Amino acid sequence: MAGHKRIDEVTGVETTGHVWDGDLQELNKPLPRWWLYVFYACVVWAIGYWMVYPAWPTLSGYTQGYLGYSQRGQLAKDVAAAKAAQETFRQAIAATPITDVQGKEDLFQFALAGGAAAFGDNCSGCHGRGAQGAVGYPNLNDDDWIWGGSLEQIEHTIAYGIRNGNEQARNTPMPRFGLDGVLEPAAIADAANYVRALSDPDGVDKAAAERGKATFAEQCAACHGENGQGNLELGAPNLSDGIWLYGGSQEAVTQSIVTGRGGAMPPWLTRLDPVTVKMLAVYVHSLGGGK
Amino acid sequence: MNTMETPGPFKPEDFLVEAAPGVARHDIDAVRQPNARRSKADDEAVGSWAGKPAIYPKLARGIFRNVKWIVMAVTLGIYYVLPWIRFDRGAGLPDQFFLVDFANQRLLLGPLEIWAQEFYYITGLLIISALGLFLVTSIAGRVWCGYTCPQTVWTDLMIVVERFWQGDRNTHMRRDQNGWTFDRVWRKAATHVSWLLIGLFTGGALVFYFRDAPTLANELLTGTAPMVAYAFVGIFTLTTYLLGGIAREQVCIYMCPWPRIQGAMLDHHSLIISYRDVRGEPRSPHKKGDTWDGRGDCIDCKACVAVCPMGIDIRNGPQLECIQCALCIDACNDIMDKIDRPRGLIAYTTERNQESRTSGPRDGLRIVRPRTILYSVAIAIVGAAMLWALLNRSSVDVTVIPDRNPLFVKLSNGGIRNGYTVKIANKHQTPRRFKIDVAGIDGLATTIIGHDDQSVPIEVGPSNVKALKLFAALPRDKAKALASDSTPLTVTVTEIDGAATSSRDTSFRSPGP
Repeated sequence: MAGHKRIDEVTGVETTGHVWDGDLQELNKPLPRWWLYVFYACVVWAIGYWMVYPAWPTLSGYTQGYLGYSQRGQLAKDVAAAKAAQETFRQAIAATPITDVQGKEDLFQFALAGGAAAFGDNCSGCHGRGAQGAVGYPNLNDDDWIWGGSLEQIEHTIAYGIRNGNEQARNTPMPRFGLDGVLEPAAIADAANYVRALSDPDGVDKAAAERGKATFAEQCAACHGENGQGNLELGAPNLSDGIWLYGGSQEAVTQSIVTGRGGAMPPWLTRLDPVTVKMLAVYVHSLGGGK
Repeated sequence: MNTMETPGPFKPEDFLVEAAPGVARHDIDAVRQPNARRSKADDEAVGSWAGKPAIYPKLARGIFRNVKWIVMAVTLGIYYVLPWIRFDRGAGLPDQFFLVDFANQRLLLGPLEIWAQEFYYITGLLIISALGLFLVTSIAGRVWCGYTCPQTVWTDLMIVVERFWQGDRNTHMRRDQNGWTFDRVWRKAATHVSWLLIGLFTGGALVFYFRDAPTLANELLTGTAPMVAYAFVGIFTLTTYLLGGIAREQVCIYMCPWPRIQGAMLDHHSLIISYRDVRGEPRSPHKKGDTWDGRGDCIDCKACVAVCPMGIDIRNGPQLECIQCALCIDACNDIMDKIDRPRGLIAYTTERNQESRTSGPRDGLRIVRPRTILYSVAIAIVGAAMLWALLNRSSVDVTVIPDRNPLFVKLSNGGIRNGYTVKIANKHQTPRRFKIDVAGIDGLATTIIGHDDQSVPIEVGPSNVKALKLFAALPRDKAKALASDSTPLTVTVTEIDGAATSSRDTSFRSPGP
């Protein structure tokens, strides 16, 4: 920019010397010098920041910074702090019988929130995000329970699971009437018609259902009850309420009788602490079907 | 950041020159002449950067200066006193009249309590403020900048302190030119310490808006306040000191967007502070006994330049730097009185007025114009909407979130059940009892988890939200009779001991007909 100053004739202000389109010029309106200093200060700040915080990628990692800060580490700290904050509630829940939790407003709210979180992490894989269930995995929202819908029964089921080898697990299978040759295919078809007629008398082959009545009384009623109302002790589902764990079509019911059923559930006490299991039970119980 | 540049050598004899009998002439140029933006030092340094010129604003006296003193007292008074005003809300609740309670997500203003989800009230307030700013600007220019902007008010305060320690313009300039004498050093030190103290009290007052003031004051003094309180006191101490004490006019000229935006609100009918060059020119010093015929009223005493806190010469016409503080009007009127000429050589006037004076009869002030009508109508609409919302604001609020997964549950008796999360917000500062009614479908049986006996009212704590899980079940035959898979349902919450009520529409989902 050496040389003489160019002055704009109209304003008398110095121009930058640049000319566009033959006559368009830019007046020289310099920024304040402190602006430059602020820029330098930002540069110095950035260098300091590099030293203190993680900044530069390297071939095998990154520069850690003096503070050793990482978002993952921060998360771990936050989680630990949250856990510590929850500890009073967790201890109170541990000391409270599960049937009394609902009566204590703050404990109940804490258990519902903790149960919902644990459900999302552990249970929703099979039972669904809203506990709506799927074929082979019961819907936990309804009032149709296989192993019982009281708080204690739910807690026991979650704690020890179903047919998983655990000593205290719920553990009665359904026989394989077809595969093991207990019943002939025709008798199975008749029995299936009878079972379906329990909840939907008009939607089946009535003659076949009539024929299946004797087979049901002979083979099934011992566990599922005389009227198919089920037995919580044995985990024999209610067959008369139109709620089907494995489907209510003729094919699905037939298959259940032929192959038997024996869905399994893990013993969650081996993975979760007792307080979490307790909170899970309170949460599942609150989904609407709790007895 | 010592970019201060001393002006040319100070010569006491300058003040012997008279612009008119009894009126000294300031031998100064405005530091911001349009054709002298760059100082000599800049040119010599071949830099592309402008230095910060030293401005020594002289104390003005007059009506506008008095208005500014009053505005300063009122605004600073509100700022410092407001957090200390008490308001009894009952036991266990904050008794501060105005409190921004971040921890509980509440904004408390007297009996009014704004929750986080009601922030639209604040939005409305901000819109009204912005439109108000537009309106005022289109009528009377940068009134905000000149009188009420915190930057202006605090800078004014800092200048008062500076004058107290270092003297008014002439004394201050003389001191600055005498080198680093002990007198100058201690006076400068005292100024800066005072500025920092003002900054400390500014930051100190700010934090009181966010936490009970007497408690926090005690905590601050005993060193037990939260770290964030100290951090904000520190930040505001520094920014107040830096922006109000050191940077001053640099903030308005280089940092603030408002000078750029205001051009869109001004028009030929806006009152702006102008030098009436028709009356003032040609300017020249006036000697005793000389005639006033054939010359302007401006005696070139530069009193207007001396008082300007922005360092401009108003006689150069409207300028970006001018915050329209009107101090030059006071200064000039003072001079006009002394030389026995009419006041108002520098005055609030409009561009239209200036033009009409040149060409003939004077044009009146037009405050009612399409622009001002538009702004006023917009303010009225937003204000009315806000008022309506505020008057119809229910002290209880219910929200209903239907379960979506599953949409409905089939029960073992064949019935259909829907689940809802019902949240009742009690915006009163006392605990209240409510009942919930679900209407829309006959034969619907409702249950609330954890609330088996539905004749017992639901109690919601003061200024609190209660979440409830509500189930609504419909017997099999009634569910089959529904006309659609989604039937409208209304959940109503009613206060038992009062009249407050709130309802929310939702729907009952079923397999359908």
